[in-house]
Amino acid sequence: MPRIVTRLLHMLLVLWAVATILFLMFRLMPGDPTLAYIDTTFSAEQRQQLLVMFGLDRPLHEQYFIYLWNLLQGELGTSFHYKRPVLDLVLSVLPNTVVLTFVSLLLAYIFGVLVGAWLAWRRGSWLEGVVIPSVLALRAAPEFWLGMVLLATLGFGLGIFPSGGANSPGATFSSEWARIFSLDYAQHLVLPTLTLFLYLQGLPLLLMRSNMLEVMQEDFIMMARMKGLSERSIMLRHAARNAMLPVVTAFALGFGGSIGGNVVVESVFSWPGLGRLLVNAVAGNDYPLAQGAFLLITMFLVVMNFVADLLYSALDPRVSHG
Amino acid sequence: MAEAAVAVPAAAAGRRFRLPKIDPYAAIGLTIYVVFFLVALFADRIATHDPLEILFDDDGNLLSNVAPGAAHVLGTTNLGRDIFSQLVMGTRNALIVGVSAAIVVASLGTLVGLVAGFFGKWVDTLLMRVADVALGIPFLPFVIVLAAFMGAQTSNVVIAVALLLWPNTARVIRSQVLTVRERAFIEAARVTGSSTWRILFVHVMPNILPLTFLYGSIAVGWAILTEASVSFLGFGPSDSISWGYMLQDAYGSQAMSRGTYFWFVPPGICIILVVVAGFFISRGYEEILFPKLKD
Repeated sequence: MPRIVTRLLHMLLVLWAVATILFLMFRLMPGDPTLAYIDTTFSAEQRQQLLVMFGLDRPLHEQYFIYLWNLLQGELGTSFHYKRPVLDLVLSVLPNTVVLTFVSLLLAYIFGVLVGAWLAWRRGSWLEGVVIPSVLALRAAPEFWLGMVLLATLGFGLGIFPSGGANSPGATFSSEWARIFSLDYAQHLVLPTLTLFLYLQGLPLLLMRSNMLEVMQEDFIMMARMKGLSERSIMLRHAARNAMLPVVTAFALGFGGSIGGNVVVESVFSWPGLGRLLVNAVAGNDYPLAQGAFLLITMFLVVMNFVADLLYSALDPRVSHG
Repeated sequence: MAEAAVAVPAAAAGRRFRLPKIDPYAAIGLTIYVVFFLVALFADRIATHDPLEILFDDDGNLLSNVAPGAAHVLGTTNLGRDIFSQLVMGTRNALIVGVSAAIVVASLGTLVGLVAGFFGKWVDTLLMRVADVALGIPFLPFVIVLAAFMGAQTSNVVIAVALLLWPNTARVIRSQVLTVRERAFIEAARVTGSSTWRILFVHVMPNILPLTFLYGSIAVGWAILTEASVSFLGFGPSDSISWGYMLQDAYGSQAMSRGTYFWFVPPGICIILVVVAGFFISRGYEEILFPKLKD
C-alpha cells in the first residue's frame, strides 16, 4: 500500500506543478494579464463579475491561490468565443476524443501483439526484412500526412467515407449514447481511426516482438519444451502471455499520451474532440478554453502514467513493491 | 615509445565513436542523412525556381496545379508555385530545426543526467522531479501553446521541443553515470587528487557520450516531426518554407479532393525518410553500445 500512496502523492505533485506552469504561462504572456479571462467584447458588468470571481483585481500571489481553488472546484472560466462555461465545453467534446483514442489504440494493440508475437516466432525469416522497415516507416510518418493520404484515397477518391466531422450535418439523436452508437458516427470514425491505428501499431508490435525474443530465452520455456508441449502451445500459452505484460503498461501510457497527441488527426478530419478544441481556442485567442482543454489533456496523461506505474508492479511480481 | 603510448588511447577513442560499418540499417540511415545534408547545403543551386514565386506561362496564365513534367519536376501548387523548389528549400529548414533541437536536447539531457547521477542526494531528487513534471506535460499541445504565445518562430519551436524532450536523455544518462561512478578508475582519479568537476567531465563524461549521440539522433526526427505538425496546424513561421507549411498549404487548398498527389505526397516521404534515418542510426548505435541485445 505505501507504494500506491507515494505514487499518488507524486502524481498530485506533477499535476500541481503543471497547473502552476500553466498559470504562469497564461499570466506572463505579452499583453494584459486579465486577457486570460476577460474578453474585450464582454460588458462592463460581466467584466466586473469575472474580475471578482478570478480575483484579477488582486496581487499575483492571491490570484494564484484563487486559481488553484477554482481548479479544485472545476471552475475554469467562460469561453470568449462560445460564451459558455469552459468545463461544459470540454466535457461535451470529451466522449468523441475518448472513443477515437480508445478504439484506435485497442485495434493497434491487438494487431501489434499478434503480429509482434508471430514475427518473433518466425525470427530471421525474410518477413522481418519487409515488416520491420514498414512498421518503422509508419511510425515515422506524420499522423496528419497519413490522414491526408487516406482522405485523398479512401475519402475523396473512392467516396466511401465522409471527409470530416463526427456526424452528418442535420443528423439528430435521442441521446449522447444513441449518437455514439449510430452507424453515421461509425462511418465518420473509420478514417481517423485508421490513421491513428497505422501510427500507433508500431510500438506494441516492436515491443511484443522484443519481449517475446527475451521470454523465449527463459528457463520455463525450456521446461515447457522438455515437457513435450507443442510449439503452438509454448508460444501462445507460455511465451506470449508473459511477453504481454509490458505491452499492457504501454497501452495505459499510450492512452494518456494519445489524448494530447490526437491534436493533428482531429484537425485533419475536423473531428470535434479535445485536441481540435484546443487548436481552435489557441488560434482564436480563446484563453480560458485553451487553458481548460490543456488541463484536461494533462490530467489524462498524468493519471494514465500513474495507472501504468501501478499496472507494471501489479502484473509483474518480479518488480519489488518497496 | 611515446608515440605508441599516445596511439593506444586514440585508437580506443576511435573505436568508441566509430559508426557501425556492418549494420545495414545504420548504413542506410547515414546515407539518407548525408543526401539530405547535401541538398540542404546546396538548396539554392538545386532549386529550379523561387519557392514562393507565383509562376505564369508565356501568355500570362497562372500555372496552377501543373502536373509533374520537364519544366516542373514535381508540378506546381494551385497558386502556381514550384513544388520541387519548395521541397528542396524545406529540407534546409527541416535540418536546421532537427539538428539544433537535437543539440539542445542532447546537451541539456547529458548535463542534467551527469549532475544528477554523479552528485546524487537532493540534487538528484530535485532534478528527477523536474524531469517527471516535464514528462507530465502533453508534448504537442505544449509546443502549440508556446509557439502561439511566444510568436511563430522556428527558434520557439526548437525551445519548446527541447524543454520537453531532455528528460528522456537525462534519465538514461543518469542511470549510466550511477554505474560508471562506482568504477575503479573514478576511485583512482579521486585518490590522485582530481577535482570533482575534472572527474565529472574528463573521466565520467567520455563514457556516456555515445548515449548522448544516440538520443541526439532520435531527437532530430522528433523535432522535425513536431515542427511539421505545428506548421501544419498553422502555428509555424510564415516567412519560411517548411515541409509542414507545404502540407498545410496543400490541405487548405483542397489538394486531397483534387487528387493532386504530387503536391502532398513528397513532403511526407521526405519527413519519413529523415525520421527513419534517425531510427536506423540509433539502432546501429545500440548494437555497439549494448552488444548483448544482439544474439
